[in-house]
Amino acid sequence: MKKLSLFTSGLALCIATSAFANDDLIKQMNDPAQWAIQTGDYENQRYSDLDQINKDNVDDLQVAWTFSTGVLRGHEGSPLVVGDTMYVHTPFPNIVYALDLADEGKIKWRYEPKQDPDVIPVMCCDTVNRGVAYADGKIFLHQADTKVVALDSDTGEVLWEAINGDPSKGETNTATVLPVKDKVIVGISGGEFGVRGHVTAYNMETGEQEWRAYSMGPDSDILMDPENTTHLGKPVGPDSGINTWEGDQWMIGGGTTWGWYAVDMEENLVYYGTGNPSTWNPAQRPGDNRWSMTIMARDIDTGMAKWVYQMTPHDEWDYDGVNEMILTDQEIDGEMRKLLTHFDRNGLGYTLDRVSGELLVAEKFDPVVNWTTGVDMDPESDTYGRPAVVAEYSTEYNGEDVNSTGICPAALGSKDQQPAAYSPRTETFYVPTNHVCMDYEPFRVAYTAGQPYVGATLAMYPAPDSHGGMGNFIAWDNIKGEIKWSIPEQFSVWSGALATAGDVVFYGTLEGYLKAIDANTGDELYKFKTPSGIIGNVMTYERDGKQYVAVLSGVGGWAGIGLAAGLTNPNDGLGAVGGYAALSDYTALGGQLTVFALPD
Amino acid sequence: MMPTASRTLLSAAACALLPVMGLAQSWSDQPVDPAKHEGEFDAAYDDDGIYYNAEDIVTYNVQDDGTVDWPTFSGFRRYHAECHVCHGPDGEGSTYAPKIKNSAVHMGYYDFYDVVVNGRKNGNSVMPHFGDNPNVMCYLNDIYVYLAARGMDAVPRGRPSKKEPKSDLVREMEDACMG
Repeated sequence: MKKLSLFTSGLALCIATSAFANDDLIKQMNDPAQWAIQTGDYENQRYSDLDQINKDNVDDLQVAWTFSTGVLRGHEGSPLVVGDTMYVHTPFPNIVYALDLADEGKIKWRYEPKQDPDVIPVMCCDTVNRGVAYADGKIFLHQADTKVVALDSDTGEVLWEAINGDPSKGETNTATVLPVKDKVIVGISGGEFGVRGHVTAYNMETGEQEWRAYSMGPDSDILMDPENTTHLGKPVGPDSGINTWEGDQWMIGGGTTWGWYAVDMEENLVYYGTGNPSTWNPAQRPGDNRWSMTIMARDIDTGMAKWVYQMTPHDEWDYDGVNEMILTDQEIDGEMRKLLTHFDRNGLGYTLDRVSGELLVAEKFDPVVNWTTGVDMDPESDTYGRPAVVAEYSTEYNGEDVNSTGICPAALGSKDQQPAAYSPRTETFYVPTNHVCMDYEPFRVAYTAGQPYVGATLAMYPAPDSHGGMGNFIAWDNIKGEIKWSIPEQFSVWSGALATAGDVVFYGTLEGYLKAIDANTGDELYKFKTPSGIIGNVMTYERDGKQYVAVLSGVGGWAGIGLAAGLTNPNDGLGAVGGYAALSDYTALGGQLTVFALPD
Repeated sequence: MMPTASRTLLSAAACALLPVMGLAQSWSDQPVDPAKHEGEFDAAYDDDGIYYNAEDIVTYNVQDDGTVDWPTFSGFRRYHAECHVCHGPDGEGSTYAPKIKNSAVHMGYYDFYDVVVNGRKNGNSVMPHFGDNPNVMCYLNDIYVYLAARGMDAVPRGRPSKKEPKSDLVREMEDACMG
């Protein structure tokens, strides 16, 4: 804990010397009374120093006020609080409300972009949006149709707009953006439409494009230096974004970038992950398909990659690598290390040295994960860093038109985008997870621009021979690579967690509960059923000496597709149909913010 | 050549000229009472594994032991690649898209075909057009018979466990269509 605050002040010092536009954002993020960025801070820890609500009094929590967003689709992300204003966003049509907290939440301004509804069906898996970002008196919204808009945070006036992609080719957006230094860093969605993923930096003042780094393609596109960009300590070499692809497949290669972004200002690096290679039929894209499924560390100013690590070479299961990168400073074998911890869709929890990209830990964070026996951790080995794939669960090995059964996890991963939290007080990660397995049958598909490019059929069901539920909320030790404890949940936990200095951890459930648990033991301390299922992330702020906890309800997203009518296990045979819980029996559509506080 | 394929294409061309009538959103979530559609989907004859009703419209065929015709199985596969990310597993709907298994029965072949080819909009509820997507168009009859079978409760949820083999005609048509 002490070490952490030392580091934080070191960081503040370092920043103070460079006069960048986002000095303002860093100042706002460092004030625990606010929630100035979706991820809580640049480290993506989702940890708050607020402790008025603590493990001893959280059972007194009450609803303080609520706000309806007026939209009825999946609500991911969370509000921001900066100064006197709370900024609330919605799924498509991506309305932004500025609520005046000094005037009982009165709507100061609202912004509703005009978007062609044709973008809706091009979005795989609902029209979610993971929220707005703030910096330097501006609110940044990345719309579904890939338009990036900078709004005046006081008035909602449009300051600039930039077009990041082309929805007619299947390029859309679901993610938030990352304001850092004088830039806004932006990703893209569309891996199921054969989009070639990229990350783009726009100038924060003007909206002009400064750099763009593709996930695959020539070195000049992927911004990698054959000599100086490293993969597990070795230079990536020339043409690394092409030479593990057959023919021109890389041009529609996927590797989209719709997850969360982290920053280490001292190293001047931005961290993010890339998604699945297209198509889902591995036979149509021989090779490792670099750099899909990769953790990227790029220079903030130039976009040049410093190091990369491909977690799932030649994906055969849709295990996107986009989940958040959580940055911590912890002691390993008596030495302080700058770490990056990542819970991948593929079911492995990775711990890396975030300066060098050295792989330190790769262990399963759900014991049912079966597609791999583990990652080769021997630096001398030819297969160093690669997961050993179990033939029975290899959709590549089994081939096209063969149904591979009993693969764990399912395509939605042991964990999807729902972000984990980290408490420096307990040195523990709190991870919302899925506990779902699948059958997966790949087959040949043709590519048409702007049309789905999938090429596999799959059936998902709760992990067999387990507790019967489809989720867990786990506590993870990233140094040992071990689960400390695990809370079984009936449905996937699709809500981002929040850890606080009150030693309370909060998360939402698909039935609609906001839950508070003890950060040390996992004991449930409080729950409240909100109007709709929760796929949003829990946040906290303080106003006039009072701590508030807030979360968006509004069921939807991937979870609202697979679980709405309930899952069935085709391997259970006839009669088992309907044996699993249907989300539609527990909740209905909604779009509401619920804000909690202790009684006066 | 391929009489069946060209007949289908002709029908599609004809139906594209028809006005889209009465496609109220509420149809979609209305349950199907199979008794009210008795006989509509009965197979009258088959052409090398592709089944047709008395009105020459493609249909499913489920044998007593649960064996399904190849197109129904193929429809299951293609549906779960192209359609289920909105319409949910087994045509059961999602939080934002209707139970399309019921739509297939209520709308009938021609309206169903038209909406898949051309798409439609109802405010922020949007069905995309798939007319230029071979992964859908080359298997649209399959997807239709699969969903009709689901809507009529003729096949249970999940992957059909037994199926007829892929016939030469089906193979020929698939190759010609997918290129």
